[in-house]
Amino acid sequence: MAAPLLEVRNLRVEFPTRRGILTALDDVSFSIEPGEILGVVGESGAGKSMTGAAIIGLLEPPGRIARGEILLNGRRIDALPYAELRRIRGREIGAIFQDPLTTLNPLYSVGQQLVETMTTHLPITPDEARRRAIGWLEQVGIPAAAQRIDAYPHEFSGGMRQRVVIALALCAEPKLIVADEPTTALDVSIQAQVIALLKTLARDKGTAMMLITHDMGVIAETADRVAVMYAGRIAEIGPVRQVVLHARHPYSQGLMGSIPPLDRRVERLAQIDGSMPRLTAIPPGCAYNPRCPKVFGRCLGDRPDLMDAGPTQAACWLYDNV
Amino acid sequence: MRRFFDSDLWYSFSRNPVTIVSAIVAILLVAGAVLAPVVAPHNPFDLASLNLMDAFKPPAWTADGDREYPLGTDDQGRDLFSAILYGARISLLVGAAAVLFSTSLGVVVGLAAGYFGGFVDSALMRIADIQLTFPSILVALLVDGVVRAALPREVHDQIALYVVIFAIGISNWPQFARTVRGSTLVERNKEYVQAARVIGISSPRIIFSHVLPNVTGPVLVIATLNLGFAVLAEATLSFLGVGVPPTQPSLGTLIRIGNDFLFSGEWWITIFPGAALVLLVLSVNLLGDWLRDALNPRLR
Amino acid sequence: MFSFVVSRVLQAIPVMLVVAFISFAMFAYVGDPVSIMLGQDFTEAQRTALVHNLGLDRSFLVQFLTFVGNALQGEFGLSYRLGRPVAELIAERAPATLELAFCAAFIAIAIGVPMGVYTGLYRNSWLSRFFLTFSLIGVSLPTFLIGILLILVFAVNLGWLPSFGRGDVVSLGWWSTGFATATGWKALVLPAVTLGLFQLTLIMRLVRAEMLEVLRTDYIKFARARGLSNRAINFGHALKNTLVPVITVAGLQLGAIIAFAIVTETVFQWPGMGLLFIQSVGSADIPVMAAYLMLISAIFVTINLVVDLLYYAVDPRLRVGRRGH
Repeated sequence: MAAPLLEVRNLRVEFPTRRGILTALDDVSFSIEPGEILGVVGESGAGKSMTGAAIIGLLEPPGRIARGEILLNGRRIDALPYAELRRIRGREIGAIFQDPLTTLNPLYSVGQQLVETMTTHLPITPDEARRRAIGWLEQVGIPAAAQRIDAYPHEFSGGMRQRVVIALALCAEPKLIVADEPTTALDVSIQAQVIALLKTLARDKGTAMMLITHDMGVIAETADRVAVMYAGRIAEIGPVRQVVLHARHPYSQGLMGSIPPLDRRVERLAQIDGSMPRLTAIPPGCAYNPRCPKVFGRCLGDRPDLMDAGPTQAACWLYDNV
Repeated sequence: MRRFFDSDLWYSFSRNPVTIVSAIVAILLVAGAVLAPVVAPHNPFDLASLNLMDAFKPPAWTADGDREYPLGTDDQGRDLFSAILYGARISLLVGAAAVLFSTSLGVVVGLAAGYFGGFVDSALMRIADIQLTFPSILVALLVDGVVRAALPREVHDQIALYVVIFAIGISNWPQFARTVRGSTLVERNKEYVQAARVIGISSPRIIFSHVLPNVTGPVLVIATLNLGFAVLAEATLSFLGVGVPPTQPSLGTLIRIGNDFLFSGEWWITIFPGAALVLLVLSVNLLGDWLRDALNPRLR
Repeated sequence: MFSFVVSRVLQAIPVMLVVAFISFAMFAYVGDPVSIMLGQDFTEAQRTALVHNLGLDRSFLVQFLTFVGNALQGEFGLSYRLGRPVAELIAERAPATLELAFCAAFIAIAIGVPMGVYTGLYRNSWLSRFFLTFSLIGVSLPTFLIGILLILVFAVNLGWLPSFGRGDVVSLGWWSTGFATATGWKALVLPAVTLGLFQLTLIMRLVRAEMLEVLRTDYIKFARARGLSNRAINFGHALKNTLVPVITVAGLQLGAIIAFAIVTETVFQWPGMGLLFIQSVGSADIPVMAAYLMLISAIFVTINLVVDLLYYAVDPRLRVGRRGH
C-alpha cells in the first residue's frame, strides 16, 4: 500500500491557563490515504475541531502542540516556519469552516476571493484565474456563475455561500480537505445537497477529506473510515460499516445506539448516561469509565491505547487479550 | 469580604502591577485632596498669612528654595503644595459631582427609553444622537456661555461652581443613556420581566428591582472613565477662564495662573499643578481601563 | 447612489433645524439685546423703534423664520462686544482655524492609523507597548497642558519656534494663508501638534481595538487557511474591514478637532474662530456664539455626510440592490 497522505502521530495539544495546563488532545494518532474520506465524530468538546485546527496549523493561541508530529506526504508540517506553512495551506490542505456567514470577507466579491487564492498558489495570470473561478462556481452549483462572480457574499444565501467556501477550499487543487462541521450552520433541507456536492467533488478530483461532524448519518453516507473521539482522544477508528454496525468501543456502541434506525420502529432511543467530563476533570484510567456500562477494575487505573479489536481499533481494555 | 478576595476581579487586580500602582496613586491623591485642610502645611486662602515677600519662591530643592514651601510659591506668595491639595479638592468635587449628575440623568433616560420603547425611545435617543454629534467640551462651553449671558454677574459668580458641574454633567449623559438603554432592551425582553409585567407588578418597580441591577457593571465602567474626562473638562474650562470662580481655584485655574509666568522662568507654578492633574487623570483612566477589561471577559 | 445622498441630506435637515432653533432661542431670549444695544440713556420711543427694527414685536414663528432666512444668507447681526457684523468677524477668523484643523487632522490620521495598525498586529512587541503607554498619557494629558509644555520646551527653553500668533500671512482674496511663508509654517508647528496629539492617540487606540476585533473573525482565519500571504491578510483583508468603523469615528474626531481648536487657539493666541468664540463666551456675546454654533453644526453635518459617502464606497453591503436582483 502507498504511503499515507496524512499521518498524525501521538498528537498532544495543550492550553496553558490560569489554573494550570489543560490537555485538549492527548495521544491522537491516525492517517488518511490519498482520496480517502475519514469521518471524525464525537460530542462537542471531544477535540474533533481541535484536531482539524492542529493539522492546518491554526490552533487558537495559547493552544500549542506539545508533543507528536503531523506528516503530509512523509514531511513534517507541525513545526514549519510561517512562510512554508502558508504554502501548504490552501495549496495542499484546503479548509472548510462551519459558518459560511462569517467565513467570507464581506468586503470582497466572491470572484476577488477566488482569484486571490488561485494566484497566490498557482502560476496563472489573473485573467486565467478569473476564468477558472467562473468554472469553479459552476462546478459547485452556483447558477449564472459568470454574472454572480462579481457579487459580494451578502448577496448569497447561506447554502450558496457554503458552496462558494467549498470552491475556495478546492480551487488551488489541494490533496486534502479538512471540513469542520461544513453543514451544521445550514438549513436541514440544504445539508444533504451540500454534503452530496462535497462527496462528488472529492471523488472526482481524487481529493482526500477529513470530515468533522457530530452527525453520524452524514458519516455513514459519506466516509470510508471513521474515527470516534472522546475527551481529547480517539476511542475507536475503523471502516465506516464496521464502526456503524458493529462498534467495539462501549462509547461508540452508545453513540450508534442513539441514532434512530430507519428500518424499524423503536420505542426509545438508547442514551448514554451522564456527560463527557470537562478537560479539567478527566478521570484517571479510561476517560469513559464513569459512564461505561462495561467498566471493570483495569479501566479505573490504566489508560488504554488503541488496540486491534477485530476489523476496527478501539481504545478499550476489553480487547487487550484479543 | 472573603468572597471579594476570591473573585476574578481581585485576581486580575492583584496580577496587574500597573493597576495596583495607579490605585495607590489615585488613593493618595484623593486622600490628600479630601483631607487638604488637615494635611496642607498652609492655608492658601488665608489672605492674612500671605506675604508678597514670599512670592515666586522656587521649589525647596533648588538653590533659592525655602524648606517652608516644598514646591515653591506662586505670584502671591501662596504655598504651591497646599494650593495643589486644595485645587485637587475642587477639581475632584466638580468632577465627581458632574459624573454623578450625568450618570443619574443618563441612567434615568436610558431606562425610560429602553423600557417604554416606541415614541419615548426614539425621541430621547434622537436627542442623545444629536448631542453626541457635538464634542462635549463645546456643549459645556455653550451651556456656560448661555448661563453667563442669562444671569446677572453677581448671581453668576455665586453659583459658578454649580454652573460648571451642570455644564460638564449635561455634556456627557448620552453615553450613559445609550449603554443603559441597550442593556434595558435586553433585560426587558427576558422572560422574568415579561412575567412580572403579566402578573401586574408596576413598571417603576420592575425597572428598579430587576432591570437596574443588571446595568450597574457597564455604568460603573463608564462612570470611572468619565471621572477622568470630567476632571479634564473642568480643568480645561477653568484654564479658558470660564470654569470655577477665581476665589475657589482648581488645578486648571492654577495652571492658568502659572501660564502667565512661563516666560519669566517661574516654570514650577505651571508644572506642578499640571503634573498633579495628569497623575490624577492618568491613574483614574488606568483604573477605568482595567475595570473595563476585567468586567468584559471577551477581551481577556 | 443619488437617492442615498438625497436621503442623507434630508436626514441632516432636522438636525440643522434643531441647532438653528437653539441658536435662535439663545439669540432671542438670553440676555436683553435691546438694552445692550441702547446703552444707558434712551427714550421709550427709541426703544420701541429698535424693537420694531429688530423685528422683536413680530410673532415667534415669523422671527424664527427670519432668523433662519438671515442665517442662510450668512446674516447673524452685530457682535455686542465689537459692534461689527458677525459674519465678517467669522470670515476673517475662519482661515486660521481651518488651516490649523487641517494640519492637526493630517497629523492625527497620518500617524495615528499606522500606529494603530502596528500595535494591533504586533501586540506584544516593545514598540507596541511603548505606543500604548504613550497613548494613555496622551489621553490623560489635557490639550492645554500639552500646549504649555511644548511652549516651555520649544519656545522658552530652546527658542526654536514661536509661542503665539500665525506668523506672516498672505492674502488670497478673502482667504489669508500662513502656508506661503516660512514664519507661517514655523508658527503652525506647535499648535498643530498640540491639537493633533490628543486625536492621534484616540485614533490609534480605536484602530488598534478594531484591528484586534477583525483579526479574531472567522474570515481572517479562513484567509489564513487559504494560505494567503501575511501581507494580503493584514493589509488587505484586515485593514479594509478595520477601516469601516474607523471612518465614522475618525470623521467625528475631525469635527472634534475644530471644537478643540478653541483650547489650542487660546493657548497659542491663534487668531481663529475658537479664540473669537471663547472671548464671546467670556463677555456673553450671544450673536457670535449663535453664529459659531450654527457654523460648527454645518461643518459637522457636512463631515457626517462625507463619512456616510465614504462608508458607501467601502462597504458593498450598503450597495444592495445596485445589481437589482
